[in-house]
Amino acid sequence: MKKSIDLINERVRDGNARVVTADEMPGIVAELGDEEALREVDVVTTGTFGAMCSSGAFFNFGHAEPPIRMERIWLNDVEAYGGLAAVDTYIGATQQSTTREDQYGGAHVIEDFVAGKSVELRAMSRGTDCYPRRTITTDLLLEHLNQAIMCNPRNAYQRYNAAINTTDRVLHTYMGMLLPNSGNITFSGAGVLNPLSNDPKLRMIGSGVPIFLGGAQGMVVGEGTQNSPAGGFGTLMVTGNMKEMSQDYVRAATMRGYGVTLYIGVGIPIPVVDIDVVRSTAVRDEDISVDLLDYGVPSRNRPAVRKVNYAELRSGVVEVNGEEIRTSSLSSYRKAKDVAETLKGWVEQGKMTLVLPTRQINPETRVKSMHESVHGPRVLDIMDKRVVSIGESEEIRAAAQKLLKGETNHLPVINSNGLLVGIVTTYDISKAVANPGKATLVRDIMRKKVVTTTPDEPVDIAVQKLERHNISAMPVVDKDMHVVAMLTAIDLGKLIGGRWLK
Amino acid sequence: MKLLVNFSRKAGQKPIIAQVVKETGVLINVERAIIDSSEGEALIDIPDESCRIVKEKMASLGATVRVLEHGIILDETECIDCGACVSVCPHEVFYFDENWEVCVREGRCVLCGRCMDACPHQALYHKDEL
Repeated sequence: MKKSIDLINERVRDGNARVVTADEMPGIVAELGDEEALREVDVVTTGTFGAMCSSGAFFNFGHAEPPIRMERIWLNDVEAYGGLAAVDTYIGATQQSTTREDQYGGAHVIEDFVAGKSVELRAMSRGTDCYPRRTITTDLLLEHLNQAIMCNPRNAYQRYNAAINTTDRVLHTYMGMLLPNSGNITFSGAGVLNPLSNDPKLRMIGSGVPIFLGGAQGMVVGEGTQNSPAGGFGTLMVTGNMKEMSQDYVRAATMRGYGVTLYIGVGIPIPVVDIDVVRSTAVRDEDISVDLLDYGVPSRNRPAVRKVNYAELRSGVVEVNGEEIRTSSLSSYRKAKDVAETLKGWVEQGKMTLVLPTRQINPETRVKSMHESVHGPRVLDIMDKRVVSIGESEEIRAAAQKLLKGETNHLPVINSNGLLVGIVTTYDISKAVANPGKATLVRDIMRKKVVTTTPDEPVDIAVQKLERHNISAMPVVDKDMHVVAMLTAIDLGKLIGGRWLK
Repeated sequence: MKLLVNFSRKAGQKPIIAQVVKETGVLINVERAIIDSSEGEALIDIPDESCRIVKEKMASLGATVRVLEHGIILDETECIDCGACVSVCPHEVFYFDENWEVCVREGRCVLCGRCMDACPHQALYHKDEL
């Protein structure tokens, strides 16, 4: 059996359509079976409400007298894009204020406009014959703008990997605050309610499909940036009229240590045209799995601690290596439900009819990593290969002599097998000399917890280590802990002027 | 009941809390403390019925004491019920009700402030600065 979109829309217009929210669907299908559910249900509404950093809006301000072609533009001190003609601009949600840093940004400008607040526009231009004006400052309300078109390049992620932190310090990430030593888990996404999780093959969701966006009736433009539905991480580009939006569904936020982002509500109605739609909308939280990634590893390829599904994440605790770890959601499940319910109301009341995609999104698309033609500097490009080290059973005096002769402040300490076991600095030696005690050998005064780097580690990561531990040098080791070089603050000077490229 | 105790420059060198425990027999739970060489503040938890005697004893030893009226406060107009605060709180102050709204057990709060850092919407604040 199949149901045509025209039949569904006829029911919607007559106010007879049976509309359910996506979290109700698994129960309905379990009770009625696929065939009966197809006969019974006409539309499934979905919803999600979370941080969607890749969002923003186009504005047209209308022409001033005399007219200006704006080249640099600020809205409440948040810079907006000046590469469009005359009085058009695009403001990105994560752009931060030049005066208030991460406490205010593009997302706040968008929320303030939607909330009916006044926003100050400042702009500059070099002035031309046709656009003579050079500066402008004016307070604007949303109603003063000709257009305020939200257009978000990457929204409504199908799912998102959960985060944990195995290091011994607090991390502030776009996945929120991650406590040390696997102290908590954070996750994002509406699971059972998520639009793309209810249509993973992208049969009903594509260009032209009407949606709920920030409280307004918007539309899917097409695939979102970084779209990767083949791997279960589809995204959508969406648009909607900001003038019809509500602050209830458009909220600016600041992730401490990361920056500004925009929380926005997105919902998509899915017409139940065939058995495949019934089955895909019967998806449950338990069926949607993500990797739990260790954000303590500063790499694109973060290791997965385990797989975890949305039912576990939402339960409040997830077991990792026999330990129960508490979870925090960064997106709002209550608001996601609110979006799906509101959308359900719209369809029930005939305010929104259904449309099949005018252009399909390819479900086989997979995201690629950046093609890097020039690699950033690695430790081996700048490290100092002249290593002066000392044996752990040598006398402190010998260490002092080596430090003097080697013109260094850091001596890696090695054991009889030539492996790194500690480090001594001029400070350690001075201390030992100034307070003579029982210590006579290097091993008595060395620091055993040594911060190290490796030749192929990116310099940016190595510098983070130096800064974090407040040290000026560290041994460069191979995988067996042989010291192959030293990296000191002085070596970092080689980065200036691209000298590391040789 | 939670009390906020401030030690002055001089009193900071005396073991005031230990002395109060010894003399009153009240078991004091120190939930948070910032004490350096010259001064300090501590948040202590005591049984309600011992409030008066502990306050008086502390005061007689030179500390200033006031009752902590409020824990963390959730601004419902800013909160979007995400739950970012839930797992970072060491005292399990936050939880979801059946409608997935974030609720606060204010009495458990020791004002460590961690949730204020974790809240993406700046919806958490407190009146009693520690």
